[in-house]
Amino acid sequence: MLAKRIIPCLDVKDGQTVKGTNFVNLRQAGDPVALGKAYSLQGADELVYLDITASHEGRKTFTELVSRVAAEISIPFTVGGGIGALADVDRLLSAGADKVSINSAALRHPELVDEIATHFGSQVCVVAIDARCDDNGLWTCYLNGGRLATERQLFEWAHEVQERGAGEILFTSMNHDGVKTGFANEALARLSDTLTIPVIASGGAGALSHFRDVFTQGHADAALAASVFHFGEIAIPQLKHYLADNGIPVRLIEGKL
Amino acid sequence: MTVAIVKYNAGNICSVVNALKRLGVEPILTDDHDVLRRADRVLFPGQGEARQAMSYLREHRLDSLLVSLTQPVLGICIGQQLMCRHSDEGDTECLGLFPVDVCRFTPARHEDKVPHMGWNQVTALGQRPCQLFDGIAEAEYVYFVHSYYVPLCDFTVAQTEYILPFSAAIHRDNFYATQFHPEKSGDVGERIIKNFLNL
Repeated sequence: MLAKRIIPCLDVKDGQTVKGTNFVNLRQAGDPVALGKAYSLQGADELVYLDITASHEGRKTFTELVSRVAAEISIPFTVGGGIGALADVDRLLSAGADKVSINSAALRHPELVDEIATHFGSQVCVVAIDARCDDNGLWTCYLNGGRLATERQLFEWAHEVQERGAGEILFTSMNHDGVKTGFANEALARLSDTLTIPVIASGGAGALSHFRDVFTQGHADAALAASVFHFGEIAIPQLKHYLADNGIPVRLIEGKL
Repeated sequence: MTVAIVKYNAGNICSVVNALKRLGVEPILTDDHDVLRRADRVLFPGQGEARQAMSYLREHRLDSLLVSLTQPVLGICIGQQLMCRHSDEGDTECLGLFPVDVCRFTPARHEDKVPHMGWNQVTALGQRPCQLFDGIAEAEYVYFVHSYYVPLCDFTVAQTEYILPFSAAIHRDNFYATQFHPEKSGDVGERIIKNFLNL
């Protein structure tokens, strides 16, 4: 059976991971490659590396990092942050990334989604959507890491990018992000039930049960989290066993080889 | 041991090169007929579209070369599909190494998303034991990304269930092929590549 995926997300600035990393005794906790490798050995199904560097020099460092990740890690990984044009996608895929995640650039230039799908295939094109729900239940999409509201609505936008050739949607609820009270399951279920491409849930993970609920209630195909993994609040093997015990198909890797 | 990767127009082979390097093998990426013929192992990976891939192979006369190879050959993903007789994708005549036709997934329920993407299990490994799966446990997980599949056939050596059971791997004589990406399947995939190199 197709497994539900667990995806740790690593923020990278100037070649170093940003958030805390006390889930395992790593000699180089700030090294994104060492950290990614540790997650991979623990049973992470994919990794996401987000470049939060603004400078040109940082971009170059990030590309070099992508090459190192590709050389050392044998599970799929997605890279995002600062992708504005097809040339960026080409550079990152050539460095060895399996998929790219675009967010603000897609909202500014939706045709970029079509171009990525045509040139490299839908399977490499993850469209990340940051959205906030207002008091009327309206989900508005935001640009620039949630700093700038747009005219776009979550559900319409998700369907538009699917039509344009996106391979997956990575939806972050700004209402839930960082609050650790669970994922936006209602909105996720509506996305998942009406889209034909996989949905990755992001924002809100704080407890084991939140991951169970995002699959059973939110109908997500994958769940992404950062701090609960980085700060060692939830260990991936523990999470996978918990999900398996709750009847959710997950990939368990311990003791198989 | 010389390991050659068939160079053609089907996508990113970076991850296959990296996986081989992790096993201490420096592969040669080539479309040179002599180099391919002399290699100890040939890998035929790729992501891409069947019709364009086949016309490229024909233009470079790699189609006749590939079917004439006698050393172990491993097709991966689109490589597996191209080794079959025909593909629904672009109504394409393929290499015909396996007398079976490639079909497109038809979702049976809404939850059945196409492409089939993610980690799924290889099963029925004991039905027709194949060295590719030496040391691999039944129902182990490997990584897939595909919209077309090879139906179950006499050459199936591993099955996976998604919408319906299909061929996760096929084997005939010196030709081996997997629908999944061993190069992206963690330790399990690494073991499968190692098994191929050790054939």
